[in-house]
Amino acid sequence: MPDLVVSITLFILALLIGIEVIGKVPATLHTPLMSGANSIHGIVIVGVVIVAAEAHSVLSYVFIFLAAVLGTMNVVGGYVVTDRMLEMFKSDKKANGKDGK
Amino acid sequence: MATTIDIVSWFVYLVSAVLFVMGLHCMNSPKTARRGNTISAVGMVIAVAMAFIKLFVEGFVSVVAVVVLIAGIAIGALAGVVSAKKVKMTDMPQLVSVFNTVGGGAAALVALNDILAQETPNLVVLITAGLGVLIGSVTFTGSLIAAGKLQGIRWVKKLSLPGKSVWNILFALLMVASLVMLCVFPGQRLLWSVLTTVFALCYGLVFVIPIGGADMPVVISVLNACTGTAVAMSGLAIDNVALIVAGALVGAAGVTLSVLMSKAMNRPLMSVLSGGFGSDASAASAGEGPQGTMKETSPDDLAVQLVYADKVIFVPGFGLAQAQAQRELADLGELLKEHGVEVEYAIHPVAGRMPGHMNVLLAEANVPYDELVDLDDVNPQFPSANVALVVGANDVTNPAARREGTPVSGMPILDVDKAQNVVVMKRGRGKGYAGIENELYFEPNTQMLFGDAKNSLQSVIAAVKELLA
Repeated sequence: MPDLVVSITLFILALLIGIEVIGKVPATLHTPLMSGANSIHGIVIVGVVIVAAEAHSVLSYVFIFLAAVLGTMNVVGGYVVTDRMLEMFKSDKKANGKDGK
Repeated sequence: MATTIDIVSWFVYLVSAVLFVMGLHCMNSPKTARRGNTISAVGMVIAVAMAFIKLFVEGFVSVVAVVVLIAGIAIGALAGVVSAKKVKMTDMPQLVSVFNTVGGGAAALVALNDILAQETPNLVVLITAGLGVLIGSVTFTGSLIAAGKLQGIRWVKKLSLPGKSVWNILFALLMVASLVMLCVFPGQRLLWSVLTTVFALCYGLVFVIPIGGADMPVVISVLNACTGTAVAMSGLAIDNVALIVAGALVGAAGVTLSVLMSKAMNRPLMSVLSGGFGSDASAASAGEGPQGTMKETSPDDLAVQLVYADKVIFVPGFGLAQAQAQRELADLGELLKEHGVEVEYAIHPVAGRMPGHMNVLLAEANVPYDELVDLDDVNPQFPSANVALVVGANDVTNPAARREGTPVSGMPILDVDKAQNVVVMKRGRGKGYAGIENELYFEPNTQMLFGDAKNSLQSVIAAVKELLA
């Protein structure tokens, strides 16, 4: 099964890239990083769409519906909340005086 | 033979995977971080759009499935946006944990569906999808409990588990055994996959329940890694490059962050996860804490100390988040800076309930990030500080950590006690999450200011303004 071999290779290489990239992120940004990484695993909705193509039983419908709700909530909410957090990070001291956005 | 659409979609998924990596890479500086998040969101949109295009080009078995799918996505998107927009910055850790819960649940459902829907699933599908079900289910209940603990829901916090290691081992064995049975007897896959799910859900509960609130940042990060892995496993099962790469990235992020944080606490990751801290064992030894008297001070007195200081270091902790006093603290800092006092914020890596929690809170209050100083850089500065103002931080300032034999031993701390004067704002006389008394409070140069941090800071600001007028 060469497909699986390729997939596992991809998995391991992606792990290494992940470790390399994340290691460079400063502690200041760890919360947005975690929240951002959290929204990336919402990619599972791509998987939901793929399995939906072959679904034909009531049980599958239920699974797909639940997975779609949960996955989308994860991905959409995750990006919005990360953006909200990052919006607040400013280095400009002049911007300090005015409160709020 | 691969069809054109297969090849096109492969490359589109690859593009989105590359965008995820670029997005994460941009997170290494606050200047580019927001763009990074957008890049990663674009990658997500591309991947989902591709999945839909492929769905409609290749056709689908049932219209109901597609309707259900689109309805689910609409509802999920709405719920996600509303909760993300409404949440207060102080409640961020819970929300991230909730999103992790739903992500793990979704991954488990995809994998479960894959096992059940196929006529004759092969061994590869059984193993990978089985692992997806197992890890996803563990994350689902685990993150749910973590979110409950962070939210401070009383009955969740009160949950305790006598003989926790027995339960942990029991459910771990049961879920692995069910998974093995699933792979050996694919004929009875309904039974074994349901059992795997149930035991994994139970394991998630017994895994997180014994872990104390102070260790939640590490737990969330580990669970995040688990969801990533579950997604990657689902990706292996349905052979999709986007899921594999994105899942692996998140897994790597989660593991790296967990390791960084346990290093910051100077405790091995495994000891954090086995829940030694803030549990019954350490609370019992709390009786023989330091004795002595705490000196109390008043907001007016503190204002005088602050105004006549050359250098002040603020030490924020979870109490600041709880009291939602970040704006007041920033206002006080601003006021003192205008008066010519040097102000810095000392950030302990595990202050708060999430890695970098304090940074986010203070950023919300418009504190420039270059005034936030890390543990290693700020510690040499304490001796030269006239006043160290501790707001709602406890265990991370406890000098007992320098000695052997206390629950916090070995944890790197902020050397607050080396400042000339220390003022601690604290809600009550209670103990920190480690369940021990903080020796700092009994030092001769320490003064206590009891009360809600927000109210105390407001009185201090008023008093400072009066002095400067």
